Amino acid sequence: MRQSEDQATKADLLLATHGMSKQYPGVLALDNVDFDLMTGEVHVLFGENGAGKSTLISILAGANHPSAGQILLRGKPVTFSSVHEARAHGISAVFQEFSLIPQMTVEENLFLGAEPRRGGFVDKAAIRREARKILDELGFNLQPHQRIDHLTRAEQQMVEIAKAFRSDLSVLILDEPTASLTNHETDHLFELIGELTARGVGIIYITHRMAEIRRIGDRITVLRDGRYIDTVDAQTASEDDLVGLMTGRVVGGIFPDLDLPDPGETVLDVDNVSVADGSVTDATLHVKRGEIIGMAGLVGSGKSELMQACFGTLPISSGAVRFKNADVTGHKPRRNIRAGFLYLPADRRSEGLMMMRSIRENVALASLDIAPFSNGVFLNAGGERQAVTALAERLNLSPPRIERAVDHFSGGNQQKAMLARALTRHYDLIVFDEPTVGVDVGTRASIYRFIVELARAGTAIVLISSDLPEILHLTTRAYVFYRGRIQAEVAGEQLTEQNVLSHFFEREAA
Amino acid sequence: MTADKTTTAPAAAASGDFVKRIFVRVGILPFLLLIALIVFTLMSDNFLTARNLMNVLRQSVYLMIVSLGQMLALLTGGFDLSVGTVVALSSVVGAMAMAATAVAMPDMVWLAITVGCLAGIAAGSMIGVVNGAGVAFFGVSPFMMSLGMTSVGFGVALFLTGGVPVYGMPVAFGDIFGFGSMFGVPVPVYVAALLAIGLYIFLYWTPQGRYFYAVGGNVKAASLSGVNTTGTLFITYVLCSFFAAVSGMLLTARLDTGEANIGASMPLESIAACVIAGVSLRGGVGRLENVVLGALFIGLVQNGMNLARIESYLQTVVLGALLILAVIADQIRLRYVASLKD
Repeated sequence: MRQSEDQATKADLLLATHGMSKQYPGVLALDNVDFDLMTGEVHVLFGENGAGKSTLISILAGANHPSAGQILLRGKPVTFSSVHEARAHGISAVFQEFSLIPQMTVEENLFLGAEPRRGGFVDKAAIRREARKILDELGFNLQPHQRIDHLTRAEQQMVEIAKAFRSDLSVLILDEPTASLTNHETDHLFELIGELTARGVGIIYITHRMAEIRRIGDRITVLRDGRYIDTVDAQTASEDDLVGLMTGRVVGGIFPDLDLPDPGETVLDVDNVSVADGSVTDATLHVKRGEIIGMAGLVGSGKSELMQACFGTLPISSGAVRFKNADVTGHKPRRNIRAGFLYLPADRRSEGLMMMRSIRENVALASLDIAPFSNGVFLNAGGERQAVTALAERLNLSPPRIERAVDHFSGGNQQKAMLARALTRHYDLIVFDEPTVGVDVGTRASIYRFIVELARAGTAIVLISSDLPEILHLTTRAYVFYRGRIQAEVAGEQLTEQNVLSHFFEREAA
Repeated sequence: MTADKTTTAPAAAASGDFVKRIFVRVGILPFLLLIALIVFTLMSDNFLTARNLMNVLRQSVYLMIVSLGQMLALLTGGFDLSVGTVVALSSVVGAMAMAATAVAMPDMVWLAITVGCLAGIAAGSMIGVVNGAGVAFFGVSPFMMSLGMTSVGFGVALFLTGGVPVYGMPVAFGDIFGFGSMFGVPVPVYVAALLAIGLYIFLYWTPQGRYFYAVGGNVKAASLSGVNTTGTLFITYVLCSFFAAVSGMLLTARLDTGEANIGASMPLESIAACVIAGVSLRGGVGRLENVVLGALFIGLVQNGMNLARIESYLQTVVLGALLILAVIADQIRLRYVASLKD
């Protein structure tokens, strides 16, 4: 607190929030958060997935509306009803999901919604001129007439950043901007950030990468479970401090004891597998009965793609997958499920659930071919209802109404409905892909207990997670992925934060 | 006075809320049916008679059977614009095969009828096989696939007949399947009832039936749950064409000729019947019993407009307007669903 007061004398207060809260059905995504940004400062937002970072920046950018609280811009209260309005006030955000129209050109995208006009018609010459000016000023090597879908992801990001410069910029929000950039492109972005801060622009920067925080950050604000935790100096705060702040004391309570029996026979054996789209190269691993195996790494490192390929949703270009000593390379999900291998996807809305159908139908979907859900030919309505009711009770579904559409449940309960599929038939191997994304702490704890119970019963478990504490506290052995390769296998005593993280970043720091 | 006001206001609000809840639960169809019944009863004395209502039922079965198939396509998140072509093609091919068999073997009337029906239904279903292959295996959008096949099927039907109606079917065919009745109920009604019951059992009592809803509800989730999504899409379009082809053969019996120019209004009317019945254009939502009612409703409106002497050109205006009204009602309903949630 002292520290920020000291800085306040050096620079002016640019943007502040007071008591910012955001309530979603069943989840309090932001809880009374105070945040402030000085002119010419890079302020890093730090926290786990679901800590409230994205909610906070989407409110500041005008894409979302707070349930309570106030935004102050240069001391004056402001409200934004749209992204356009926030931009008119000089606040622009570059989200991970781009707001570009792929079929249109760079210049058309830059001025979309604010095209310069002359006599009622679009002034194409002015657009070209202005676009050139912005791109030159930023030093981006892009042509105004290029189509967005012909650009690389990094170039698209440049366009997205350039868009923010259409009007006078005072606050720039960057949400993990380097996730898809090469080292060279990252350097360029950081130079740009340096020029901007020199001009007095305030930057709100979300990242998980320690090296970046050290390089460009001034202050770090840590959020956890939607609450403000602390603001620390970026140059002096140690990584341990930050992870401690980020995960808090909750860690001890939320994770169950891992007293698993000794591992049994090997269930999954992956031998030199490469995925056809290039997302994974030469991966070799094995999973035994009663083990919980972690798959760690950054988003896009291949940790999820490898398991999807094993399950049969991504084509394998070389190598072999053996499940219970039988070759299952290239088998379809249908065949793998019947053999006892289930993959539960990360994105429950787009890949996991039929949102407009009932809990009952969603839970039963993967097991309609067996008792008690059917006799093989006809469905057994009574058996299905009983089985799903029992599962809803076991997983504490709330409210326990299995005929209600999934869409009308909170995120945590939706997740429970999807995870309940793991109990509708006998599985020898279950892959959980990011099972706690967008889930509140209470549900998270019950999901962890659920996973450990399955492992104790002798099921082999693979846990794919971008959440480091999950890997550290819930797995017995972990594989760390980096750019499509398995960088390391870490087990037992070696499974510490430093060890895992060093493989996350090793080559990047160099 | 004041006491009165305070008690009626919440009561009115509660009844408004009640109507809203009914609307969210059952959709627009019951309201439309009620309005139609009242309006047409007032406009014509002959409307609300047992004889006329049986007439409505008989006239509606052709659309009803096509709508059953259309519902499958809508449930999986697509639609089928080629149902009209299927009706025409099955009519032409069925009539030609029947007439040819009747000429070759004049004594065996039932053989001719059987061969004709099988040929017609097989020809119509072939359109569905092509539609299904395109949508399921090659990922062509249902819109383009069925639009293209509409042109193909119509062209084949005209090519086969040269645009002239096909005569020469056994008289028994029309007498039984077109004009016959059992216990006072027309034969086509029995056929429609049989198909509806069969489809009901398939949709709601078997796993594969549930998979139609799953593919329309979330195709990725269905695939990750072990549902054969390509196979499900394929049989969706085959079944859709099968139903349209059966309807085509029944119409042929009623007309006593094979015609290449029938069924043109079927795509619009069958989609309208489904949407009015609450089948979602986004897939995954809709009940068979409501679709039966939806087709009956459209038959009822057409019959009522005939009795009220509304010109046939204006009738198509009403039908189009009803379809749009149903879609708007569906959107409003979605908004109510969100507001009633909490």
